Amino acid sequence: MTPLLRIEDVHKEFPTQRREVVHAVDGVSLEVRRGETLGLVGETGCGKSTLARCIARLYDVTSGSVWFDGHDITSSSRRELRALRRSVQVIFQDPYGSLNPRRRVGSIIGDPFAIHGIAAGPERKKKVQELMELVGLNPEHYNRFPAEFSGGQRQRIGVARALALRPKLVICDEPVSALDVSIQAQIINLLADLQHEFDLTYVFISHDLSVVRHVSDRIAVMYLGKIVEVAPTEELFGQTRHPYTRALLSALPVADPDTADSREQIILAGDIPSAVGPPTGCRFHTRCPKAGAVCGSSEPPLEPVLDDGPEHRTACFFPLTIGENLSAAVLKAS
Amino acid sequence: MTAIMEVVEAPQIQGRSPFTLAMRRLRRDKVAMVSLAVIALIVLMAVFAPVFAHLTGHPPNEQYRDTGLTPDGLPRGPDGTFWLGTDDLGRDVLVRIAYGARVSLLVGVAATAITVAVGIVLGLAAGFLGGIVDTVLARLIDVVLSVPFLLVAIALVSVTGPSLTITVLVIGFFSWASVARIVRGQVLSLREREFVEAARSLGAGDTRIMFVDILPNVLAPVIVYTTLLVPVVIVTQATLSFLGLGLPPPTADWGGMINEAQAYYTTAWWFILFPGLALLITTLAFNLFGDGVRDAFDPRADRS
Repeated sequence: MTPLLRIEDVHKEFPTQRREVVHAVDGVSLEVRRGETLGLVGETGCGKSTLARCIARLYDVTSGSVWFDGHDITSSSRRELRALRRSVQVIFQDPYGSLNPRRRVGSIIGDPFAIHGIAAGPERKKKVQELMELVGLNPEHYNRFPAEFSGGQRQRIGVARALALRPKLVICDEPVSALDVSIQAQIINLLADLQHEFDLTYVFISHDLSVVRHVSDRIAVMYLGKIVEVAPTEELFGQTRHPYTRALLSALPVADPDTADSREQIILAGDIPSAVGPPTGCRFHTRCPKAGAVCGSSEPPLEPVLDDGPEHRTACFFPLTIGENLSAAVLKAS
Repeated sequence: MTAIMEVVEAPQIQGRSPFTLAMRRLRRDKVAMVSLAVIALIVLMAVFAPVFAHLTGHPPNEQYRDTGLTPDGLPRGPDGTFWLGTDDLGRDVLVRIAYGARVSLLVGVAATAITVAVGIVLGLAAGFLGGIVDTVLARLIDVVLSVPFLLVAIALVSVTGPSLTITVLVIGFFSWASVARIVRGQVLSLREREFVEAARSLGAGDTRIMFVDILPNVLAPVIVYTTLLVPVVIVTQATLSFLGLGLPPPTADWGGMINEAQAYYTTAWWFILFPGLALLITTLAFNLFGDGVRDAFDPRADRS
């Protein structure tokens, strides 16, 4: 069966005012299978939201192709694009910014029906109220404004709007990062229930690894516009190969203080380099404790390393072996 | 025994829109409400101007050379017949003020409406579409705002001849640019908001996004600007009339009356005072009301 979404060597560049080019997404290839949740993690500014917008065709890609359900959508006509909008929906990060403050919740959730001419009048209202019930909102609050809801409720409104047209793929762009931890769990459970009920496929973007671990079947780690490692969730956590992934994982808070003390903590030197003139070779070599001479000159391909299966691909010349201590390398390097 | 099923219609939960909340604040603003009452009175005066003519028995353009002028041919002061006195041609000042209100309000409303409609559409287009559209419109706004209004207005009216239409068009043409500039600035920041992206991801087109998603968000500053624009337009119209560029005589309008009264301010104070007061009270009421509207729409603004 073909994957629901396949992206091949997607690049997205933005020109800056000083005639430079930001390489926000720099040659990403990925597959998303039907019914799965693919987690996409990385630091702020690594290009994960840009990639999401390329998938939803909110941005046109600079080069590369995005195949949705067997069609290349990078060259879709206006009509095809309208159809695509029904199948691919986005849940946005900021529940305060993504809802129009001057419009009533009923018309916000009813927008998809209005835009695609699906239901009008009392029929639309009925559908909207069903959606509100589905996501756990009081349908009687139909006439209220977004400002009259809490953050979690607003995100439910965003979810209802995204699900109105029964999409196949939902891109969740940091859907819970703006919410309180207790509310995060509610929204994540809601998303899980809806996935089950409507057979949804999710691309779940977050910088919060514990959230991603909880929801994802597979995880892709991004660094500076590139995917450095992709693997089934437990394998990524159990057999971490890429030094950057290891560093990210070590930043995860642990509830048990004893484990936390004994655990390896890796603090990377320096900041994430600018995406305007990214480092040559492996993007991570400027901060990598294991970097060798080859890392600065040539780019490691994203492929299975060591004894990994085809599901687990890593872009690294010196992948970590299980049990290898990265902080030793950090000490040696400094 | 029959069970009585009480069917209670669930009360509709009515959201309080930012607009409703602003209106509520406005209703509590005493100064604004008094100003609104004054504006209502002026509107009534304009609408029922013929009633004034009927009550006094003096049509607005009728010249009472015998009863309305002193034996020396000077205007008569206020008395039982001419409540606010007469002008230099023996016409009833009160009746002419009432008819003059029609001109002021008509021009005020019509020119403001044109200004706001054109300003909103062009401002939306410039801010939202960007690119070449924005470059052209933004430069056009700069040009219109830097043209010396009165000089061009005088030149234009002297070519076309004075009329109500030309007055409205001239004022409208020179005022839309400020509205467009306000709208454009707002749109520039609004189009980057996530809800615009959300609308796009749902499949909304540019026109829908401009008018359904963005327009409601720029209305508040436009409403505030509009209420403050009306008095400016009224004064501008009076200015044009004062300079002889308003309506052709004998049509009564306040600017023209003040102009005619200039020569008589030492001998007939009522002739210049009452039209001037009418103009002053009208613009003051609109300005105070506009201030109230501004406070109501932006409660954070300093009210001290």
